[in-house]
Amino acid sequence: MNAPTTPAKLTPKDFATDQEVRWCPGCGDYAILKSVQKVLADLKADKDKTVFVSGIGCSSRFPYYMDTYGFHTIHGRAPAVATGVKMANPELDVWIVTGDGDGLSIGGNHLLHIIRRNVDTQILLFNNEIYGLTKGQASPTSAIGTRSSSTPEGSVDAPLDPIKVAMGAGARFVARTADKWIKEMPDVLKAAREHRGCAFVEILQNCIVYNDAVFGEFTGKEAVPGTYIHVEHGKPLLFGGGRNEPPVKGIRVKPGTFKLEVVTLGENGISEADVLVHDKTDPVLAGLLAAMTGPDFPVAFGVLYEDAAPVHDDSVASHKADARKKTPDVSINALLKRGRTWMVEGPGA
Amino acid sequence: MSETQTLNPESGQGDRIELESAVVRFAGDSGDGIQLTGGQFTVASALAGNDLTTFPDFPAEIRAPVGTTYGVSAFQINFGGRRINTSGDAADCLVAFNPAALKTNIDKVNRGGLVIVDSGNFGPRDLKKAGYEVNPLEDGSLEGWNVVPIDISRLTLEAVADSGLGKVDALRCKNFWALGLIYWVFGRDRAPTAEWIEQKFGRKDAAIAKANVDALNAGHAFGETMELLQDFHGYRVPKAELPPGLYRTITGGDGFALGLAAAAQLTETEVVFASYPITPASPILHHLVKLTAYGVTTHQAEDEIAAACVAIGASYGGAIGVTSSSGPGIALKGEAIGLAVAAELPLVIINTQRAGPSTGLPTKTEQSDLYQALYGRNGDTPLVVLAPNSPADCFTMAIEATRIATKYMVPVMVLSDGYIANASEPWLIPDVDSLPRIPVTFRQDPEGYLPFKRDPDTLARDWAKPGTPGLAHRVGGIERDSETGDISYDPANHQRMTDFRHAKVAGVARDIPPQTVDQGKERGRLAVVGWGSTYGPIKRAVTNLRAEGLDVSHIHLRHIWPLPENLGALLDGFDQVLVPEMNTGQLLTLLRATYAKPYEGLSKVTGQPFKIAEIEAAVRSRLEG
Repeated sequence: MNAPTTPAKLTPKDFATDQEVRWCPGCGDYAILKSVQKVLADLKADKDKTVFVSGIGCSSRFPYYMDTYGFHTIHGRAPAVATGVKMANPELDVWIVTGDGDGLSIGGNHLLHIIRRNVDTQILLFNNEIYGLTKGQASPTSAIGTRSSSTPEGSVDAPLDPIKVAMGAGARFVARTADKWIKEMPDVLKAAREHRGCAFVEILQNCIVYNDAVFGEFTGKEAVPGTYIHVEHGKPLLFGGGRNEPPVKGIRVKPGTFKLEVVTLGENGISEADVLVHDKTDPVLAGLLAAMTGPDFPVAFGVLYEDAAPVHDDSVASHKADARKKTPDVSINALLKRGRTWMVEGPGA
Repeated sequence: MSETQTLNPESGQGDRIELESAVVRFAGDSGDGIQLTGGQFTVASALAGNDLTTFPDFPAEIRAPVGTTYGVSAFQINFGGRRINTSGDAADCLVAFNPAALKTNIDKVNRGGLVIVDSGNFGPRDLKKAGYEVNPLEDGSLEGWNVVPIDISRLTLEAVADSGLGKVDALRCKNFWALGLIYWVFGRDRAPTAEWIEQKFGRKDAAIAKANVDALNAGHAFGETMELLQDFHGYRVPKAELPPGLYRTITGGDGFALGLAAAAQLTETEVVFASYPITPASPILHHLVKLTAYGVTTHQAEDEIAAACVAIGASYGGAIGVTSSSGPGIALKGEAIGLAVAAELPLVIINTQRAGPSTGLPTKTEQSDLYQALYGRNGDTPLVVLAPNSPADCFTMAIEATRIATKYMVPVMVLSDGYIANASEPWLIPDVDSLPRIPVTFRQDPEGYLPFKRDPDTLARDWAKPGTPGLAHRVGGIERDSETGDISYDPANHQRMTDFRHAKVAGVARDIPPQTVDQGKERGRLAVVGWGSTYGPIKRAVTNLRAEGLDVSHIHLRHIWPLPENLGALLDGFDQVLVPEMNTGQLLTLLRATYAKPYEGLSKVTGQPFKIAEIEAAVRSRLEG
């Protein structure tokens, strides 16, 4: 048997399949695919122990382009299938790829439950605030007023915030990144993979055909300074300087309230020492950061929350180990004879 | 803990009336401990050497208001000195704990049968709650039965007076008082029940244990000393001639659970069982959670769809995925089952059918999900359908389903029903070591691996589980290339793959036992063809009719799809074919469509199993006159 050994150096190409990638030219999914392939190469991931599970939608074609094990399942159900994969083999590194429609609409229930169970997986939710593959209907994350093929006069339904949904379900790792944060995204994905438990990553992703530039202002090279902040554990919440410029603003708790406020460094005697330091283990701060939106606040990117908790895989394993310890004889013949039995003697007995 | 014991010879029953078999029915409020009482009587009858079948008949409501007709819970047992096939058309003896129980059960008692009622519960309020204007014990309406009113409540309170229990707790012992009396009626040994009470309550509360044993003994003593009816000294039901060996009782739920545990060992592969609570399927989960040590991992999913998907994910991951539900839940799983058909993964789906449509009658039995099993998915989506014919057969069919699912990489639907799930029967415990192993092989060799390349014989693809070096591949619900498994929109490929899926399932017919005739000749005037839980009533009816000299045979299908290869020729040997079903003719339609013959159906959809007499009448009307 010629089992392949993991080479000393892997490249993103080692994780690419021979399949032609069929997303629209300019789709944000390409950047995410590249980033994931880069991360797995950097981490020297074993492709034979890596599984990508997806639902239905543009994002869910992802597994076909990853030279790992992959399962393209049915609409919304990837978290449930992934849970089954982990129950069969907890040693696998399982990634779930879903979208705002797949994960938050038709599959909303499964998303809640894989998170509350804390199954050791990474969930990448590509949020483009629209249904792409079905030709541009409003999604559960579309902003009110979104004009789409199903809402020509503008959508009237309030959107869900994926991060709040995840945190409401008890997520112990919550991060946000964007297709256009090419430099920053790999670190977020690495942190998600290294987290033991269910790691939820919202990836803002541009749908060039049906919802173009909806995140343009605050993601990527063209982002307007002051509209975004990259948070890092243990570092002050500073932002607003633009690319390669020192930060000019910070975030602090507004005195006398439970609210955040934006302060300008050097104004009214404000210095870096007045600015909040990001503590990723603080769920309240994570909630406040996740809720920040323009124009008054920057949109927060990075690992917003991470705090370890018991993992489903371990609980299942220890339950099995306990059961085996309590049952020294696991023969089925002994099992069938447990409880009330009686002997019927033969005629000559 | 094993409590094996050899039966003692009966003694001191000289004056008793001998019955070949008898049907006893207990009925009371759902809080009266009816099912527990029935369970104890079952054990006592099994220990007395009878063959038996039991059936609990309980309401969907957990604790309906006390004394109402819709809160009545009942338990029926048919036991005898001959082989027992059903829980009995009608009862020979009814124990009714209140007016509501009497009202809802009296029509299930044979005329002339013994009806014991707790007259202590027949006050004006009790009667009103049951909807009686006049006390039926006094208005002559029960003249056709041997009614024995006994103030069981008062006698129970007297029997446990020195127990120190309050009135409410003391009255809870009345089911054991009544059981003691019925033990006397049928000459049953009280000792095993007394032992059971000690074990169940003794450790927690010795006073409760003692009170229940006192009540049991008092009821028995009442039978011994008081003349229930003139010149009545009880019944004697002889031992049945059963094949020798070690026995236990088994329900359908037990059968599936134990069968899946056996399948895990026979395949040397872990079983992952995922389900969502639903009546009447949940007992399988409740049993399997205790079998973790035997290689079964259970998962209570967030919904029916998730349960199916967890099982499919587990199969993809290299375990045997099993999901279980009843009709409404199976409907929700439909799309996921289609994925398993498309991805060609093993999956076992157990449907414990109940009366439909929609929520239907959750606690009542029916066989109306056969179309759903065969056709209830989008696309041309064939799978294998099996149907156990008794609680014990669930054990066998769980193993058979696993064998076919893993050998052919295909979902297998197993159709049980509410009757099989809850009924219990004695089971000659098989030797699992003597059962054939089920070889499960996982692809290891990366050389030449193509995810959808097929075994030329079975047409199954290789099972390659994640974690295997060199076999990384993608599967999904989009049509797959017939070799690489990559997405393919090629028209010829879709034709080829559709044909493969069809031929693979059809080919299972070569790998199942040929259809046999359960009873009667292989050619003749009429064959009764059944499937699933109608086995008991058809078997008894055909036995009775053949004893009368009628030319009738019984054929019972356990492999429903594909059908056994010889079935068409077998049916051709009969002038008439009658298909009794607890639906409006679903197997009938399948047989007519397959063999294009004018078979006839017999439909019953009352939520109750067929009565023997109903099948006898249908056969007679076709063979006589």
